[in-house]
Amino acid sequence: MAEMNDQPKRGKGGKKGKKQAPRVDLTPMVDLAFLLITFFMLATSMTRPQTMELAMPAKDDKVTEEERTKVKASQAMTIILEEEDKVFYYFGTQEEGGPEPELQQTTYDPEGLRRVLLSRNATVMNKILELKEKKRNKELTEDDYKKLATEAKEDPAAPTVIIKPSDRCSYLNLVDVLDEMAICNVSKYTIVRLDHLDTTMMQKHLPAIYGTPSN
Amino acid sequence: MPKVKIARKSLFVDMTAMVDVSFLLLTFFILTSTFIQKEAVMVSIPGSISDRKVPDTNILNIIVSPDGRVFVGMDNQNTRREWLARIADSYSLEFTPKQYAEFGLINSFGVPVEALGAFLNMPSQARDSKENALGIPVADTLEGGVIDNQFKEWVRLAREVNPDITITIKADRGTPYPKIKSVMNTLQDVRENRYHLITSLESIPAGL
Repeated sequence: MAEMNDQPKRGKGGKKGKKQAPRVDLTPMVDLAFLLITFFMLATSMTRPQTMELAMPAKDDKVTEEERTKVKASQAMTIILEEEDKVFYYFGTQEEGGPEPELQQTTYDPEGLRRVLLSRNATVMNKILELKEKKRNKELTEDDYKKLATEAKEDPAAPTVIIKPSDRCSYLNLVDVLDEMAICNVSKYTIVRLDHLDTTMMQKHLPAIYGTPSN
Repeated sequence: MPKVKIARKSLFVDMTAMVDVSFLLLTFFILTSTFIQKEAVMVSIPGSISDRKVPDTNILNIIVSPDGRVFVGMDNQNTRREWLARIADSYSLEFTPKQYAEFGLINSFGVPVEALGAFLNMPSQARDSKENALGIPVADTLEGGVIDNQFKEWVRLAREVNPDITITIKADRGTPYPKIKSVMNTLQDVRENRYHLITSLESIPAGL
């Protein structure tokens, strides 16, 4: 330490001491600055997470779940979420004494559920894509686009999707399906419990869980 | 051939520019950043194309761990204390001023009310241990003849304390659906029908 203190004295003391350059060694300052940068980079989250808004029906309504899910059979599409990322779907419902709708299995891949939804929702999808194109060409403002897109989603031909998560699926499965709804611009969807028809139809596909068909 | 004289350069590098840049970066980080809030449990959130941001204030955050434990947290220290006061009323419990102060500092927690007093007396490091992160009871079915749904009470009182609150659910990708279902059912019971699921941003598939 003493030597360090001596040095500047010697420089000053010498009669013909060199003129010290008016330079300050900034290295420690850079060190400190980078240390702080590192700290802030690690301690902060730059992006706020996104959210997906979900509106569930009120429970206390007089309408029962069956009534609520009673939609036009021709527009209904039911998606059943099962264990190990299995997804099943069928269109319409069983009429009184009529045949069971055809249950099909698919996946969460873009080629799976999304393709089915897109073909089902083609009219709305085409309108939305058209609007997006117009927005890109600056023919529509952001507000107009939003308004028109909401109108387009109200199309009477748009399907109603009934999501039925089983007790064996995961939260990721549910969010994936809800996300598919957003991607495919399906505006009408609900989350409900599996009913009797679903369980009887599922027996053929997953007898280990639902039991073998009785007939 | 004359020798080319190489000018002897000083070893001293001018750091001024570097200091300028580093301080610029530092300023940027200080201004843009929000500190990561410490949460009671780590969850890996699923992705979605939704690009809506989580609001900054007035949040009731519900965290569901992969094994289904439920944690809650509010964002304002004063409302948190008020919240605890209401819970104390509701469950006829008493808390000391020190415990109120401690509760104000906790971002999210997951302990049954019976254990809350002891939990607040602990040093803050001890609270993170697994034994102290039991989760708030969210039973929507009978368990031993009594429905012990404390989560319902927490949510109801949170709405009472702060009517503008936004409910966000942050659950792990792998959380089994029944656990989420009981949280959602409970929210429906207290007439909280609008809530937000926290997701990370994914890009919209090309052409859609």
